[in-house]
Amino acid sequence: MSAPATSVPRGSARRGSLAWLAVPALLLFVCFGVIPLAGVLLLSFTSWDGLGDIHFAGLESWQAILADPGLPHALWVTFLVMAVSWAVQTPASILMGVFLAGSQRYRAVLAVLYFVPLLLSHAAVAITYKALLDPNFGLGPGLNLALLTQDWLGRPWLAFGVVIFVVSWQFIPFHALIYQGGVRQIPRSMYEAAELDGAGRVRKFFSITLPQLKYTIITSSTLMVVGSLTFFDLIFVLTAGGPGDATRVLALDMYKRGFQANLMGPASAIAVILVLVGLALALLLRRVGGRDASHSQLEGA
Amino acid sequence: MATILSTGPERTAPPRPRPASGRVTERPNWLGSLTAWIWLAIVIVPIYWIVITSFKTQSNYYAEHPFMPPAEPTLANYRMVIEADFAQYFLNSLISTVGAVVPAVLFSFMAAYAIVRSGGASRFLRWTNSLFLMGLAIPLQATIIPIYLIIIRLHLYDSLMALILPSIAFAIPLSVLILANFIRDVPKELFDSMRIDGAGEQVTLWRLAFPLTMPAVVTVTIYNALMIWNGFLLPLVLTQSTDKRTLPLALWNFQGQYSVNVPAVLASVVLTTLPILLLYVVGRRQLLSGLTAGFSR
Repeated sequence: MSAPATSVPRGSARRGSLAWLAVPALLLFVCFGVIPLAGVLLLSFTSWDGLGDIHFAGLESWQAILADPGLPHALWVTFLVMAVSWAVQTPASILMGVFLAGSQRYRAVLAVLYFVPLLLSHAAVAITYKALLDPNFGLGPGLNLALLTQDWLGRPWLAFGVVIFVVSWQFIPFHALIYQGGVRQIPRSMYEAAELDGAGRVRKFFSITLPQLKYTIITSSTLMVVGSLTFFDLIFVLTAGGPGDATRVLALDMYKRGFQANLMGPASAIAVILVLVGLALALLLRRVGGRDASHSQLEGA
Repeated sequence: MATILSTGPERTAPPRPRPASGRVTERPNWLGSLTAWIWLAIVIVPIYWIVITSFKTQSNYYAEHPFMPPAEPTLANYRMVIEADFAQYFLNSLISTVGAVVPAVLFSFMAAYAIVRSGGASRFLRWTNSLFLMGLAIPLQATIIPIYLIIIRLHLYDSLMALILPSIAFAIPLSVLILANFIRDVPKELFDSMRIDGAGEQVTLWRLAFPLTMPAVVTVTIYNALMIWNGFLLPLVLTQSTDKRTLPLALWNFQGQYSVNVPAVLASVVLTTLPILLLYVVGRRQLLSGLTAGFSR
């Protein structure tokens, strides 16, 4: 990759050397991102046990998947995890983000501590909570608290609640920091004008802060929603999809069918659905937010 | 990603007489601070519990109050974890993380530079950019089955290289997005003066853009390192033998083996988190400011 260093200021050579710079990243992304994406669609029309030969099988996997009551269930659980974790995380992170955007000194210390759960791997977090919530060896029996001594991971709704709690525990601080950045970009003068008009704190929050955070809310929600499709490792270690199928989200369903039941065809079909759900959600959120970023300059002026 | 732009005259309120300085002072935000402090407790208590419990002996764990520090602190749990080959797993994690992060950040930087500098003039680069943006919306875990197939066909199954290659690919879209945002902020005049001095794109890239966007580079490096160090699905699917295990996978296995010995399991959690905690202490300022800036734009 030697760039022509002299002359040709705006010619094709200059542009050519620029394009070369993107090639290594593009090549790797195509090999391990784009090709697998196409591959997952192709594999959904085959039958493969993960070891032997791959045979073309037409629509067999799709028919099997679409007739399986496990699919609507997995879709429903995925949707519930997404919706509930969004509904829990968003108000809490906005509130904390607004608070953290203030200027007191100790807030910086809080921000540092908040971030620590995000450093832990999903495996570590899941293992910790498994030990913490154990009905025989966990915190509940240790403190002699009946309320904490439950079979947290053994009952469907409790296990679902634990998954939501652990997700929030790990990610609320991260989103609070995103909102903190958003709040800091709201011009101070808007608040001053509102104060002159006699607006109180609550009024200012709903009339200025919240509308001005619109694009931050969309960014953060996109990360939450698309991210919730990939809570594989956390749920895998915490509940392994159980009890029964109570927390068997799509990603887990894909893994279990593919790598535990050795049915790569149906697992690929699930993966295709996972990709489509992710794309649809991202497009939907972009539609809600409006395409043009410069739009935000005119609104609420 | 959608953005908020704070500057621009149309955003500011019409000029009014400035209020008396006393009126702008902030009243305490009770609801916000209450939430923040309660949340701090929710974050800190489990972490505190992990740390103190990891120094208890297994017999004392049941006898002592869970929130009291151990009466007789012991390092036996840590010794047990280290003897369970965690040095090997640590090395595997280190190799695969460094091996993936360094090329991922360098390649992403080159691509981000090209995308910003061409300013949409090159169709190839515009197309590349939209491909990366599409990559942001796709849950890449969904591609694990074809990746497994590709890795087998490349005869890389059960090697650290099998973890490195897909990790680089997964890291590229977000890294390019954040780095491009920052390269865009470098004043155009600086690029122009480099060109007048006769410097080629390669020279401009490494001598001008790279040093000037160092904070963003550090942010992206730490973020990717965190993601890859903590990665679970790729090692789970693409490796098999014990000596290729990375730390998260080792944790999971250790827990399966010693689930009754809570202090030992928690010692393994502490031990695997320490390196990333050190990295956080060193790069904290960069990471926090870089991430908020990168996502809040």
